[in-house]
Amino acid sequence: MRFRTCLLGGAALAILGACGAYALTLRSSMAAITPPSQASFDKVTVEKGAILAAIADCTVCHTAPGGEPFAGGLPLKTPFGTLYSTNITPEETTGVGSWSLEAFKRAMREGVDRQGDYLYPAFPYTHYNHVADDDLAALYAFLMTRRPVKATPPPNDLIPPLGFRPLLAGWNLLFLDEAPFAPAEDQSAEWNRGAYLVEGLGHCGLCHTPLNLAGAEKTSKTFAGGVAEGWTAPPLDASNPNAARWSVDRLTAYLRSGLDAEHGVAAGPMGPVTHGLSTVPEGEVRAIAVYITSKMETGESAQQHGESLPAAKPLDNAEEAAATHQAGAAIFAGACAGCHGTGAPMSSDGRPSLALTTDLAADDPRNTIQTILQGIPELAGQKRPLMPSFAGVFSDRDVAEVTAYLRVRFTDQPAWPNLHDAVVEARNEGEKP
Amino acid sequence: MKRSASQLNRRAFLGAGALTVAFAMAPRALAQLPGASGGTAVRPDLPGDLKSTPMLDAWIRIDAKSAITVFTGKAELGQGIKTALIQVAAEELDVDPGTITLVTADTARTPDEGLTAASHSMQDSGTAIMNAAANVRMLLTNAAARTMNVAPETLSTSGDGQIHGAGGKRLSYGEIAASLSLHVEAQPNVPLRDPASYRTIGTSWPRVDIPAKVTGGEAYVQDLRLPGMLHARILRGPSSGTRLKNPPIDAVAKMSGVVKIVQNGAFLAVVAEEEWTAITAMRALQAAPFERTAPPLPQTGVVETLTRLPSRPITVLDAAGGTAVPVRTIKARYTRPWLAHGSIGPSCAVAWFKNGEMTIWSHSQGIFDVRRVAADLLGLDIENVHAIHAEGAGCYGQNGADDVAADAALIAHELEGHPIRLQWMREQEFGWEPLGPGMFVDLEAAMDDQNRIVAWRHDVWSTPHNTRPNTAGGVLAGWEVTPPFKAPEPQPIPMPEGGGDRNSNPLYALPAMNVVYHFVPEMPMRTSAMRSLGGHMNIFAIEQLFDELAASAGIDPLDLRLAHMTDQRARDVMTLAAERFGWSARPRGDGRRGCGMGFAQYKNLEAYCAVMMEVEVERETGDYRVKRAVAAVDCGQAVNPNAVANQIEGAIIQAISWTSREMVTTKPTHLTSFDWGSYPILRFSSVPDAIEVHIVDRPGMPFLGTAEAGQGPAGAALANALAAAIGVRLRDMPLTPVKVKAAIGVI
Amino acid sequence: MTLTLNVNGQTRSVEADPATPLLYVLRNGLGLSGPKYGCGLGQCGACTVQLDGEAVFSCLTPLAVVGERPVVTVEGLGTGEAPSVLQKAFIYEQAAQCGYCIAGMIMRAQALLDANPSPSDAEIRAHMEPNLCRCGTHMRILRAVRRAAGSKNAETEAVR
Ligand code: FES
Ligand code: FES
Repeated sequence: MRFRTCLLGGAALAILGACGAYALTLRSSMAAITPPSQASFDKVTVEKGAILAAIADCTVCHTAPGGEPFAGGLPLKTPFGTLYSTNITPEETTGVGSWSLEAFKRAMREGVDRQGDYLYPAFPYTHYNHVADDDLAALYAFLMTRRPVKATPPPNDLIPPLGFRPLLAGWNLLFLDEAPFAPAEDQSAEWNRGAYLVEGLGHCGLCHTPLNLAGAEKTSKTFAGGVAEGWTAPPLDASNPNAARWSVDRLTAYLRSGLDAEHGVAAGPMGPVTHGLSTVPEGEVRAIAVYITSKMETGESAQQHGESLPAAKPLDNAEEAAATHQAGAAIFAGACAGCHGTGAPMSSDGRPSLALTTDLAADDPRNTIQTILQGIPELAGQKRPLMPSFAGVFSDRDVAEVTAYLRVRFTDQPAWPNLHDAVVEARNEGEKP
Repeated sequence: MKRSASQLNRRAFLGAGALTVAFAMAPRALAQLPGASGGTAVRPDLPGDLKSTPMLDAWIRIDAKSAITVFTGKAELGQGIKTALIQVAAEELDVDPGTITLVTADTARTPDEGLTAASHSMQDSGTAIMNAAANVRMLLTNAAARTMNVAPETLSTSGDGQIHGAGGKRLSYGEIAASLSLHVEAQPNVPLRDPASYRTIGTSWPRVDIPAKVTGGEAYVQDLRLPGMLHARILRGPSSGTRLKNPPIDAVAKMSGVVKIVQNGAFLAVVAEEEWTAITAMRALQAAPFERTAPPLPQTGVVETLTRLPSRPITVLDAAGGTAVPVRTIKARYTRPWLAHGSIGPSCAVAWFKNGEMTIWSHSQGIFDVRRVAADLLGLDIENVHAIHAEGAGCYGQNGADDVAADAALIAHELEGHPIRLQWMREQEFGWEPLGPGMFVDLEAAMDDQNRIVAWRHDVWSTPHNTRPNTAGGVLAGWEVTPPFKAPEPQPIPMPEGGGDRNSNPLYALPAMNVVYHFVPEMPMRTSAMRSLGGHMNIFAIEQLFDELAASAGIDPLDLRLAHMTDQRARDVMTLAAERFGWSARPRGDGRRGCGMGFAQYKNLEAYCAVMMEVEVERETGDYRVKRAVAAVDCGQAVNPNAVANQIEGAIIQAISWTSREMVTTKPTHLTSFDWGSYPILRFSSVPDAIEVHIVDRPGMPFLGTAEAGQGPAGAALANALAAAIGVRLRDMPLTPVKVKAAIGVI
Repeated sequence: MTLTLNVNGQTRSVEADPATPLLYVLRNGLGLSGPKYGCGLGQCGACTVQLDGEAVFSCLTPLAVVGERPVVTVEGLGTGEAPSVLQKAFIYEQAAQCGYCIAGMIMRAQALLDANPSPSDAEIRAHMEPNLCRCGTHMRILRAVRRAAGSKNAETEAVR
């Protein structure tokens, strides 16, 4: 969820900005404060804030590779140029040390910084505006008790005229839903907690919902799936190809471990999300899972049985696939079978057969391609599946061949069209800024 | 003294085939203990392994052209032993090391010096070769004196392989050797060269094995290629205590390129012309389900697992003394999970059964035991089995080497005439090699009002650290064939070497010490020797308790150690490390940075080593890294200082990996650590910014084993540095970032 | 089937199934000992060779994808008699214990030096991340790569 190619189509935006109420674009600067001392926050509030920050995954966007946590500077590649995340440590001049709680709340809810400048909606204030006051106060307490780091991110590099922030006023007018979160009375407390977290701090929709031309979530298609950093964020509604196999237990475990034996590994931008959730109390993650599975329309039955539907014996059309995709079969045998073939050792450790992964069953081949190109890198000594990148080994044609083979061998879905183009595109999208 | 790479290249490795040279070996018997000499001491008055093999020509031979061959029963494991032994021989023979060819462990050619283990090689073999060489130089000098008709005292050597007399007279070693028998017993107390005039010892002579290793030479058993060689793969369940259920043998036997499926009881292997075919066939067979043949693996932590099993208490130390009244008592428990050796290259062996004779190339640490095991397994006369050491990937104790050698022999026995190369797969090495035992230590100490430690109680629990095979009952294949061989009852290794209790007796001068080893013979997971054995755990515990005591008394941890240390050499390494580290001016713990130290004399018998480390912790995540490590080591006479430094650096990095992140994980049915994703070890991004190793020079002093001396002190230094940094002490390995973060809390 | 490979500057033909990973063809078919089997899973780097200048895991590179792209193994850099600059640096720094990982280390480092003749310490570490060494020779490997790069920011050297 690190980031989503949001932001607006250039032309659309220009028009919006031009006709957008000019008066709205002028936001006041809020008074700078002296950074409050650590002692001015109580520990319980800070601890609560830490959990909320983990659910929001602040550190993922606000930490540059190898940089200090929360000090910003992570480049976020967009079709409109590159944005750099900001320093949210309580440092007085380069961070948020001089921000009052009120200034912080305004930023979180309205996307306007203390000085009165608009923030880009890559920062998910469209979700954070649902967050309750005391939770924002806890988050504030958490951030203000971090180690102050003096660091200024590189300037954003956006195509004109997007560098002109007042244009965002028009965008907000159209897409910022300021209604507070309203619990559904016919749902359980757990479901409502999940809804609050998912719609608010968790900002799941930012990746898992398709965006319109202006880079805002299509509210009519909430959770119908989206694209993030060149990866598909699978649908979290009934159209999820493996919806039937998700139960609350499974999804909870997946979100906290990044691995599910009947689904796959959290790869791409989802990897850091599950890493963040591994530190969150299980109850909170379970609430998230309750809500999401209800959106997939599997929650209730699964909850009743406490288990998902048992998977059918994993599909394996090995012979058919080898006959139709000879080149792909050779590549698979030499490069993939060591881990994913029948009798490979990883199958004994509860790692899913390829036939059970969501990526191969999806309508879009993007995640399969990205996983092949980028692999699943090691995360600082953590025990988790490792897969090497094949970007330097396979040509686009090789990737297309093996992808086509996988689809036939491990699914009963129709062949993906135009795989070669999809590989070329995925290579470009997956490139780090 | 420096030699160019080309001169060093391709010096005798891989034992040059099955060349059989029979010559004088002392009879041998005796069960093996790690590091113990292989043979019976027939001449206890002689130094090192000359005790069991006193004949000089068992160690050194010189031909008429002055070519010198030196024989050792020890093996190159990556510790640089070849280079060091050549240096020792060159020094005492007084020749250029480049003129020496070294033959390592080979049952037909070299003395049986038992295992290459427990950092004993320099002590056992180095000492023997040193004295044998001195004997040979004396015999050459005496013979030359007779030929020249002068008194031996008038002759000298000058490092060029000649005996020099007055007036420019000289004789080359070859000329003399032609009529001199070295088939004589060594004499004790033969004069050694004066350390002040050493030419080779003490210099960092370039390692002889490296040029081939960096240019693609055939340096390893894995690289051995014999005419008509076939490739084999072994078929087993995912880990020890499992077996495959109904693998599709008939179908796979028909695969093109498959030569044979070897089956004997539960032993199953596939042999093919091409290695890739063997692997493909193996996968097809392995697609079968597996079943557990042993009790389920415990799913509890190490303390619960070990205390639930029967144990035998062994008193290591029971010293009462001192009368001072304790005023402060500290008690703590330290744990370590099961660890994997994790050699980068999985175990491999080549075996060839021809004309009733079996030849095995193996990277086992006990090549003479490989021979015994194979003879026992196959019912062959021991004389008909020949085992030759060939290097493998670094081994840090008993990994799969011995098992794979027996596997290969069993397969080769079924395919007479064909050399068989068998390499285990990565996951097989993880699943089937014996593990480094899980352990825990309960430690309690008390101080009096003068800050003297007046009471010390150490209880350590562990499964066996030595299940090395010397019969077919010690290897996997032996348990699988019909009828199966019975595994011998594991035995503890007695102190002073010790197994789980190795280094449980602190070197510190403490008036009252009570140390008990709770030996747990049953092994829920197969365990055996892993580098430093119990030393890593015991030193981790002892050295942390010292820091806790120091903190409770408000004393510098170094000062507390020095106040309880009377051994001057121990004091010297600690103070040298402190000086080079800048201990007194070190950054004090500030929540993020901290420094710590660890010290031990390995086994209280071998090298002294002190390690100091500085760590930096990221409080938000608990991630941390070692910024720098400084070690000081005293290994007696350092033969090759750079090689000593290399060993200590390696020990530090390996110990950081063990201590900070490693843990074998299980399900009831099998181990779930099977690759580098499920068993992560330290990578480049996490190794320290800098490591310095300083060597205390001890010219002429006896060699002290070095290769395992760094493990314990480094693990302890890391734990102490972390505690200094974050103000909370972690005692349960691995010291992961998650545990560090939990200890730090939110702020 | 017969396939043609370009290995260490020579055209070699091999008889093999196109699925066969390059590693086994280099070792067994062409008799090269440099690339090593370590895991066969692309996780350790013992098998690293250069493919068209890039460091790749030969254990997971099927012949089918190699085509005419040039393959270089450690044998292609230099020999025991005439080692390359990088190989010499490894010898000089005694940058090996068992050495099993080293040929792979050299091939990965060579790919870096070809692309960036004077990498920083951080760049070297990041680039070498895919390759494992169990003996703990890392500090020396880093020194050897820096030495070959002629880089001046050499860290504190161990006493030799
Ligand atoms: S053997 Fe290829 S990466 Fe390990
Ligand atoms: S030197 Fe042994 S694995 Fe690297």
